[in-house]
Amino acid sequence: MGEFEAVHDVNIEELKHLVSERALRGETMLLNMGPQHPSTHGVLRLLLELDGEIVVTCIPDIGFLHTGVEKNMEAKTYQKAEVMTDRLDYLNPMGNNLTYCLAIEKLAELDVPERAQVLRVILLELQRISSHLLWLGTSALDLAAMSVFLYGMREREIILDIFEMVSGARMMTTYIRPGGLWRDVPVEFEDAVRDFLAIMPKRVDEYEGMLTTNKLFLERTVGIGKVCAEDCIRYGLTGPVMRASGIAHDLRKVRPYSGYEQYDFNIPTRTGCDINSRYLVRVQEIRESLKIIEQAMNHLPYGPVRSNNRKYVPPPRSELGTSMEAVIHHFKLWTEGFTLPRGAVYVATESPRGELGAYLESDGGPKPWRIHMNTPSFANLQAMPLLTKGHFVADVVGIIGSIDIVLGDCDR
Amino acid sequence: MDDETRVVVNAFQERFGAELVEFRGEVTLVLPPQQIVAAALAARDEYGYNMLMDATAVDYWPAQAPRFHVVYQLYGLGHNRLLRLRVPVDGNAPVVPTIVPVYPNANWKEREIWDMFGIRFEGHPDLRRILMPEDWQGHPLRKDYPLGYEEPQFSFNHEQILSTKLHPKE
Repeated sequence: MGEFEAVHDVNIEELKHLVSERALRGETMLLNMGPQHPSTHGVLRLLLELDGEIVVTCIPDIGFLHTGVEKNMEAKTYQKAEVMTDRLDYLNPMGNNLTYCLAIEKLAELDVPERAQVLRVILLELQRISSHLLWLGTSALDLAAMSVFLYGMREREIILDIFEMVSGARMMTTYIRPGGLWRDVPVEFEDAVRDFLAIMPKRVDEYEGMLTTNKLFLERTVGIGKVCAEDCIRYGLTGPVMRASGIAHDLRKVRPYSGYEQYDFNIPTRTGCDINSRYLVRVQEIRESLKIIEQAMNHLPYGPVRSNNRKYVPPPRSELGTSMEAVIHHFKLWTEGFTLPRGAVYVATESPRGELGAYLESDGGPKPWRIHMNTPSFANLQAMPLLTKGHFVADVVGIIGSIDIVLGDCDR
Repeated sequence: MDDETRVVVNAFQERFGAELVEFRGEVTLVLPPQQIVAAALAARDEYGYNMLMDATAVDYWPAQAPRFHVVYQLYGLGHNRLLRLRVPVDGNAPVVPTIVPVYPNANWKEREIWDMFGIRFEGHPDLRRILMPEDWQGHPLRKDYPLGYEEPQFSFNHEQILSTKLHPKE
C-alpha cells in the first residue's frame, strides 16, 4: 500500500459539525457529487447528506479551478493584467474586461468617447444573451431537454462569430481596454448585428415554445429551489436569482455605467422564487437585451473609440511613423506601463450572473497593488445549502443549473 | 458625499472612532478591529446597509504597519448607497472578530481571506481553507509569498526538469 500513502492528515473532528448528528450515527448517507460531473457546470464537488432521496444538507467544496488570478494580476502591469480577467468568468469575458477597465478609468479619471460607450453596451448585451443561451441550453439539458441545448448553441455561435469579427477571439476577447476599445469595429459588424437582431426574437419564441408550457419542464422546476427575498438580501444573492424572488434590482438601472441610463428597458422580475421563475427572468432578459442592442445600433455615433489621453492610451498606429511624441508614448506604455494615482475604488457591473465587482487598489506604481474580483458565482453558490434543503437528489442538478454558476468565476 | 451618508459618517466617527477617507466619491471609514461587529450591526439595523457585497483584505508589507487592512463593502438596497469599512490588522497573529452573525454571506468571504492572507476571524463557525487545498502551506496573497511558476517542459530540457521534481510521476 506504500504507493497510496496519505499525503496529509485531515482532522476529521473539525469537519464533523458540517453534517447533522444523524449522519454521525450512520442514519443518513453521505454522498459525493463531483468534482467531475457534467451537471455541476465545471469542477464543483458537493457533499450531500441524504435521508433516502431527500437532501438534508449540501456542503459545496470549491477551489478545484483556483488559478491565482488575483496574485498573477498583481505581478503584471495594468495592461497585461487585463487578459487575466477574461479567464475569470469565461462566459462573460466582455463584462469582466469592462469591470476592470471601469475601475482603472475611475482611478485615472479617464474619459471614454461616446462611440466606445455605445459599442461597449452592444457587446455587453450580446455577451449577456450568449451567456443566457448557454445557461438555457445546459440547464435544460440537465432536466433532460436535449433540443434546447442544440438550438441555444446555434444562436450562441452567431454571437461568438461577431466577437471573433471585432476582436479576433471568440471567447478571450480583451477587446474593451482602459479608455475605450482596442480598435474600431469592422464594417461588417453592423450588418452582422442587424441580422442577429432580425432572427433572434423568433428564436426566443422557439425556446419558450419548447419549455415554458412543457409539462415535464414545469414539474421539474415549479416550487423547487425556493429562496425568499429576505434570504436573497441576507445571503447577498444578486442577479437573476434575486430578480426571480421579486426584487427589481439591476445595476444597469440603479447605478448606471457606460451610459445605460440612456436606454429604455425593463427589469424583468418574478415572484415565484423557484427555478421556473429564474428561467422566465432570464428568457425575458434576452428580450430586453435585444431591445437595448437595437436602440444602441440606431444611435451609434461616429468618432474615435479610444480616449486621447496618451498617458494611458497608446497612440494610433498611423501616428507612429510621423510623430516622435507618439513613439515615446508607445514605448513608455509597452515597457513600463502606466501608473495610477494612489487610492482604492470599487466598481460593480451587472454580469449575466449578478453583481460583478472589482476592488482595485493602487500604490502609485505601474502594477495593481491589490485587485479583488467580487464574483457573482462565489456569492450565489454559497446559498446552495439553503436552496437544496428538503429536495430530491435529482433536483439538486436543476438547482445548480438555476443559479447559473461558472466555476472559473467562483474559484478565480 | 450626500447628506445621508454624512449622517452615517458623523455617527460612526462619534460612536466607533472611525476615520474618514474620501476618494473619487467613495466613502471609506477606517475603524479599530474590535469595533467592526458593532459598526456592521449599526450599519445594517440603523442605517439600512442590508447587504454585504464584498469583503477582502489588502497586504501592505513591508511599507506599512499595521500590515493588513480588511475591507468590507456594504450596500443598502433600499437607499442605493455604498459604504466601505476598513479595519487595520497587525501582521503578528492577525485576528478580527467575525461578522457572520450580522451578514451570513461573510462566511465564505472570511474563509477566503483566511485562506489567502492568514487573517483569523474570531468566532467564525467554519474557518477552513476554501480555495487552496487543506494541506497547503502559507497564504498566497501575502506580499511575502513568492509567485511561483513551473518551467515549460520541452524535449531538450525534460530530463533536467524531471530530476528536480519530488514526485516525477505527477
